[in-house]
Amino acid sequence: MIAVAPTSDRFLEVAPLQLRDWFIGLLPQSLRWITSGLITVVAILAVFGLLFAYLTLAERKILGRVQNRPGPNRTGWFGLLQPFADGVKALTKEDVVPRDADQVLHYLAPVVLVALSLLGFAVLPFGRHLVPVELDAAVLYFFAAGAATELAVFMAGWASRNKYSLLAAMRALAQLISYELPLLLSFVPVVMLAGTLSTTEIVTAQGGWTGGWIPHWYVLTPWGFAGFVIFMIAALAESNRSPFDLPEAESELIAGHLTEYSGFKYALFFMAEYFGMCALSGMAVTLFLGGWQAPCAWLEFIPSYAWFAGKLLVLLLGFMWIRATLPRLRMDQLTRLAWKFLVPLALINLGTAAFWSLTAGWTGPLQLVRWAVALALVVTPFVVMGRRLTAGVAPRTYRYAAS
Amino acid sequence: MMIPALLLIAFVILASAGVAMVLRNLIHSALLLVLSWTGIAAFYLWAGAEFVAFAQILVYAGGISMVVLFAVLLTRPARDAELPVTPPTVLRIAAGLMASAMVGSITVMAVLTSHLVAPASARAPGLTVKDLGALLAGPHAAALLLVGVILTVALLGAIIIAAPEPAPRPEDQP
Repeated sequence: MIAVAPTSDRFLEVAPLQLRDWFIGLLPQSLRWITSGLITVVAILAVFGLLFAYLTLAERKILGRVQNRPGPNRTGWFGLLQPFADGVKALTKEDVVPRDADQVLHYLAPVVLVALSLLGFAVLPFGRHLVPVELDAAVLYFFAAGAATELAVFMAGWASRNKYSLLAAMRALAQLISYELPLLLSFVPVVMLAGTLSTTEIVTAQGGWTGGWIPHWYVLTPWGFAGFVIFMIAALAESNRSPFDLPEAESELIAGHLTEYSGFKYALFFMAEYFGMCALSGMAVTLFLGGWQAPCAWLEFIPSYAWFAGKLLVLLLGFMWIRATLPRLRMDQLTRLAWKFLVPLALINLGTAAFWSLTAGWTGPLQLVRWAVALALVVTPFVVMGRRLTAGVAPRTYRYAAS
Repeated sequence: MMIPALLLIAFVILASAGVAMVLRNLIHSALLLVLSWTGIAAFYLWAGAEFVAFAQILVYAGGISMVVLFAVLLTRPARDAELPVTPPTVLRIAAGLMASAMVGSITVMAVLTSHLVAPASARAPGLTVKDLGALLAGPHAAALLLVGVILTVALLGAIIIAAPEPAPRPEDQP
């Protein structure tokens, strides 16, 4: 008989940590503490930097496919070297700063933006043992770090001294004020049910399977599903992605706050956008999709960080799909969607989660009642408010087109 | 290590707040104010109050800063419009002194009369987020609600102050 090691200590699970410890062991005692931190930072930067490079390529390829064109395919095999060509181009391009721009803020904006969007990665549990920083209030830290990013967008738009950029700055502020609330409200049920603000404990609380097949992820409960959808919509808006890319709406505002940026500063803005997208998707995976937990018991032999990466990539592809499919919202539609639809739904979802938490002891046929009531609490407000939101707008009638 | 860090944080808070008061460019002042708030959050972190620090950043750097900037942009469209600085009159100086004296005396009295005796061993109380939540929702719930009401009143007042004066209608003219 071969003694099977517990899942948490298998070689692949602990390999990254052992590699780090082996390297640190080579150094003198006084340098170990700081090197350990630096290695974590470098690993995050390397992994997500490379992911950023290939996400840009994937996005261009996928958008191309959706629009029935090949996308970049000249640099390297299938355009695989395109990100590096873009990087060289961005680095060697002239950095133009308008004469009348606010020089300091114009310079600071991309730097602040990238720095802030990187902060969120510190508390994401990438694997069973791979948590950069364990914090008691990790979820709060994550959203505190992310909340200030629109400030950098504002700085960029205002400092450019350009009408379009200023309009973009105003739009960015309005968007943030509107979508910060649903984003924060949508994860409160998770904190309620898990009883903790620590990301590691939230993932642990979603462990286990029913019958070895159905995972106990929060997205598979009525309130969790509603929370997940609200979270993802608000995350789209927070990361300024289509259909919420009003601050950089190229058809109305040239490129919004990016108009006066060129060269590497422009690339930094894109880097920050993708980092923000990755961090928010990673948080969605942690809060609702069970983090690094495998979907079935017998799939646990695949290391936990691979599951995290897989779920993250699925969410990122979803972002791209949405960008390729949905048209941009108008400003009034954007704020209306947030205040009249998402915020009330998120508040009702709090009540649903409270009901779910209070009825945790129900068994047998009462389980069915529990599910029915919770589902009704999710679906009814959605249908009622959705009808009111689209009253007089949809379904669209075509007066001149043949039906 | 602890004291130099505290001095640095205090310098950042006070310097950014001070420069924000002197600057004539309102947007720069607002951004410096955000830096000052972030410094206060750093102070909370220094003191070991993790939860309060993150809440401070979330609420002030994330929320209130947006409202401040929005208000500045909406009420003052001209970007370089210098603030009119009226010369200080005796009344203004007196009012300023009076207000600072009141705030100062309240702060000093509050510090002096509080029975918070510094413990012999300066050790941070092991207060977790959960304890904090239980305290806020239990014994201090009334205070929490009062703070909410005060903030709402302040918000309404701000709207009234910021709202443009209605143009005089012709029928109101004598």
